[in-house]
Amino acid sequence: MSTASQIFVNIGERTNVTGSARFRKLITNGDYATAVEVARQQVENGAQIIDVNMDEGMLDGVEAMQTFLNLIAAEPDIARVPVMIDSSKWEVIEAGLKCVQGKPVVNSISLKEGEDQFREQARKCLTYGAAVVVMAFDEVGQADTASRKIEICQRAFKILTEQVGFPAEDIIFDPNIFAVATGIEEHNNYAVDFIEATKIIRKTCPGCHISGGLSNVSFSFRGNEPVRRAMHSVFLYHAIPVGMDMAILNAGQLDIYDEIEPKLRDLVEDVILNRKQDATEALVDYAERFRGQKGRSAEKDMSWRKLPVEKRLEHALVHGITEFIIGDTEEARATADRPLHVIEGPLMDGMNVVGDLFGSGKMFLPQVVKSARVMKAAVAYLDPFMQAEKEELGTVDVSNGKILMATVKGDVHDIGKNIVGVVLACNGYEIIDMGVMVPCEKILAKAKEERIDIIGLSGLITPSLDEMVYVAREMQRLNMQQPLLIGGATTSPAHTAVKIDPARSNGPTIHVTDASRAFGIVSSLLSDDERPLLVKTTQTKYQRMRDRRAGGPPKPRYSIQEARSHAHKLDSPAPQTPSFLGTRVFGNFNLTELARYIDWTPYFVSWNLAGRYPKILEDKTVGKAARDLWCDTETMMQQILGQDWFNPKAVIGFWAASRDGDDIKIDTGDTLHTLRQQMVKDSSRANYALADFIAEEGDHVGAFAVTTGYEAEEISRQFKDRADDYSAIMIKALADRFAEAMAEYMHERVRKEFWGYAADENLNNDALIKEAYSGIRPAPGYPCQPDHSEKETIFRLLETDRIGMSLTTSYAMMPAASVSGLYLAHPESVYFSVGRIERDQVEDYARRKGMDIRTVERWLGPILNYDPIESKVVET
Amino acid sequence: MTSRQERIAQLHVAARDRVLVLDGSWGVIFQCMDLKEEEYRGTRFCTEKYPGQMKGNNDILCLTRPEYVTELHDAYFEAGADISETNTFSATTIAQADYALDLQSVIEINFEGAKLARASADKWTKKEPYKPRFAAGSIGPLNKMLSMSSDVNNPGAREITFDQVYQAYREQIEALNQGGIHLYLIETITDTLNCKAAIKAIMDLEAEGLERLPIWISGTITDRSGRTLSGQTVEAFWYSVRHAKPFAIGFNCALGADLMRPYIAALSRVADTLVAAYPNAGLPNEMGQYDEGPTETSAEVTQWAEDGIVNILGGCCGTTPDHIRAIAEAIKGVQPRNPVGSSKTMRLAGLEPFELTS
Repeated sequence: MSTASQIFVNIGERTNVTGSARFRKLITNGDYATAVEVARQQVENGAQIIDVNMDEGMLDGVEAMQTFLNLIAAEPDIARVPVMIDSSKWEVIEAGLKCVQGKPVVNSISLKEGEDQFREQARKCLTYGAAVVVMAFDEVGQADTASRKIEICQRAFKILTEQVGFPAEDIIFDPNIFAVATGIEEHNNYAVDFIEATKIIRKTCPGCHISGGLSNVSFSFRGNEPVRRAMHSVFLYHAIPVGMDMAILNAGQLDIYDEIEPKLRDLVEDVILNRKQDATEALVDYAERFRGQKGRSAEKDMSWRKLPVEKRLEHALVHGITEFIIGDTEEARATADRPLHVIEGPLMDGMNVVGDLFGSGKMFLPQVVKSARVMKAAVAYLDPFMQAEKEELGTVDVSNGKILMATVKGDVHDIGKNIVGVVLACNGYEIIDMGVMVPCEKILAKAKEERIDIIGLSGLITPSLDEMVYVAREMQRLNMQQPLLIGGATTSPAHTAVKIDPARSNGPTIHVTDASRAFGIVSSLLSDDERPLLVKTTQTKYQRMRDRRAGGPPKPRYSIQEARSHAHKLDSPAPQTPSFLGTRVFGNFNLTELARYIDWTPYFVSWNLAGRYPKILEDKTVGKAARDLWCDTETMMQQILGQDWFNPKAVIGFWAASRDGDDIKIDTGDTLHTLRQQMVKDSSRANYALADFIAEEGDHVGAFAVTTGYEAEEISRQFKDRADDYSAIMIKALADRFAEAMAEYMHERVRKEFWGYAADENLNNDALIKEAYSGIRPAPGYPCQPDHSEKETIFRLLETDRIGMSLTTSYAMMPAASVSGLYLAHPESVYFSVGRIERDQVEDYARRKGMDIRTVERWLGPILNYDPIESKVVET
Repeated sequence: MTSRQERIAQLHVAARDRVLVLDGSWGVIFQCMDLKEEEYRGTRFCTEKYPGQMKGNNDILCLTRPEYVTELHDAYFEAGADISETNTFSATTIAQADYALDLQSVIEINFEGAKLARASADKWTKKEPYKPRFAAGSIGPLNKMLSMSSDVNNPGAREITFDQVYQAYREQIEALNQGGIHLYLIETITDTLNCKAAIKAIMDLEAEGLERLPIWISGTITDRSGRTLSGQTVEAFWYSVRHAKPFAIGFNCALGADLMRPYIAALSRVADTLVAAYPNAGLPNEMGQYDEGPTETSAEVTQWAEDGIVNILGGCCGTTPDHIRAIAEAIKGVQPRNPVGSSKTMRLAGLEPFELTS
């Protein structure tokens, strides 16, 4: 585990005569007693370093600096934090260095007067034992563009590390924050320049830090505090993720990004990111209404900060607050005998509270994942201490157990698996996550190599079920007795009982319904006391399921001939000819527009929160959890939309087509195969197949494939690297939503525009979600057509490789956040569920598809109304 | 004759190899010897130029009774110490102002003190070549502190400046170096800023060409608050002096071994260099005497060595050659601590530590 990175440091700015009129007045009047109180407030408000600046023409800087530093040295509440000695005059800096017993930061030195002086001052900082802020300033002047900032900082870094021997980690670059929205066009890109430079400097000067004087950016809005605060929050919001890890700011006055009034936030974002021509004018106009306001004091209830440290840790865990976790963890560590005791003591106590609340339905999954993030941050902070202790004392790690998790071969879906991993990890289990599309051999080899205690398999698409059976069978063959856990959207207790569990007799196989059950099952399995009972009750339950299935009569089914006689008959083809034939690729989507098409209900479901959006937000039980999740989601959505995190693409196509029995013939020579309902219905109702919605001649069919793209996976990985699984899972869940939204959006354009059979349609998102439109867009793998392998034809027709989409061996789509399907335009076409089908249809279908019947039975396993010859499913 | 740098190389090797032993107390032993005022003054300081009492100015014995000083070095080396300190704990113009000693005499105390320690170390090395001995130049605290107010009514008041402290240490350091010591021992640090002035003096002198020597920095945790007299925690203290790239960091004085242990353990967890500890022989009793015996002290500190949290052990106030002998015997064959690796983390400090990972 890496140490916690991306910690952001607040440097108090109120003890700066150039930044605070009040402080300047106090110092020039010699009222040092009150000036000391200003410093105290800064620290109380969370400043982790205090910046002291006495650069004022009327002052003796040397004397003022020394007087003030000597005074605050006597105040333990203030002197506990490091000092930043801030002056443009070296003699003031050096005077300050002579008054500080801790290790301070010098702010700043630069190449302004040439390399010799720069080297000399840096060397002096080294002998006084100080870190340095290096301003992006050289012999030519102060850097304003990104390239100048980068060039100067790189040059300074080279001199400091190679010639002076300055430790890289003690170098803080200040690439200059300048005012934006000044009305001068050249200034519009200043914030963007800073952000871009930050990104590159952090990359090319390894070990360094980035800081800046935040209030400069909003200089044009002097006197308009709410707007300035919004600008500061938005600026940090964009600069921190790229590597800005310190800022000089008023620690008591920073708005929470997602609590900024949305319109103001948008306008400020336009200005900071320089993304609109008239951004400045728009903000200036809008800003007027805030003038004179003090700014909303977003005072939260901070009374919990007064609790003893154990209670604070618990509070932070239960409420998912990372803000103070490092400090609190350190406090606990300082008094604990061993760093491990902090984990075993207050942190696990806190997680147990989380576990209890979760178990009793008072906390919900997103909150637990957030708690886990807090836990991870605390553990990451403690990790180096434990490592150090380990080296020192030669102790060994103890873990509650090692659990291997993998999404099986052919499948790329991992949101659920990741959630389970997080829940288990924060309960002290060591998780070895092998990722997605993991072949059986690799899973089992790893399990042996790592002496895994439990193997957990996940899968979303139906073919994954067979792969799981295969893994179980291999475990039997290799005599691997670990418990096998099964989870994922298509898995079920019934399938596990009937198919997977019987494949092995040498160890328990248990289905995990959802993430909330995982911890209970795992802890029982690893407890000698509880395991026998769990295994026995599961076995009994599974046996009952098998008996019921074996004993019960198959559901009544028509023969396929009879079912066909109940086919739905069309009088005419679809009312309209598509506007083009062949395929067309789409890109450059406006994410904001797409976001309007998102159906949020399934998003909450992916977090195990059941209920319809938006009513779920007011739900008595899960409302609080849903609201918190929603709040965090909106924040992330802001970033996704603001920074175009996704680059979705789509391809659609239309072809002349005709029905041929249960198949759809396309004029390209391809055939789309469909399956027919065989359930016995009352005679007035049809037994549908998708082919029924295509006329026997002169009709058309369409197809589509849309994807959010690979970006989500990369971003998710980055979050994960930063130990932020909460965001890592969220971004993937949102990518899925965007893919669905794309499908919805494209379908609407197809109806109104490309096929154009519903040009006058005017439906809102609610109506879309309720599928109130005419025509359908069925997707293979869903109830209308449970056969995933049909995607192959669709992908071939659409040449999806043009938009980076492909299929795995199990016909899962890559990227994972993708949707594909058919467009059927006839107004009589409806969504239906094929339901269970009989052997006669399967044989016929296999013949039509030119596939081996066993293979077809494998793909259609979950909907067979009969037992295919048991255990003859051959896996290669 | 082995050059000084070769001997220093042996010091580094020995430190990797075994737990090193420093000598024990000096002041308390001289105190027990109950020397007369005249012995302190000798012939050189018997004039009226030096009014008041000279008795108790142990450092001046380097000039007036060098044989006593050599005797004590020998006694400690004989007991098994690897390192003995110069008798120069208070040999700065600032600390010697109480005795009205002039700069020249202060420089000579350091120079001669260094020569005595070095001569004794060389003698024992020659006698026992398998166990090289080292002379550490003692740089003690001052009675004037840079971080503490000298006036109850004015928290900002200081009775001395950084430049004055720097100058005083600079003189002492230069003379010790020229007298032949193998390493500096900045010890019993009560105010980290004073220590930083000494560090700066060393770094500046080196930049000006003075021969480079290892630095050992030893702070003092004054009580169970776990803080230095000037208010810093263990980690904050370490972060504040780490730029000296010291050969060793540790604590001495004020506490007996039992009370010192948690702070040594804490330091051991963060220090990417050797850790040293030389506690007092317990806490003084109501008579101001230390009565922890050699076996008690050595049992406690030997445990630290066995637990792998120290590299150098020794004794401070109240410890005698017998204490050192007991420690040296007990730690034979015990593996020294492995310093922790350094990480790319910005470490700052006020009274408390601050870290920012890169």
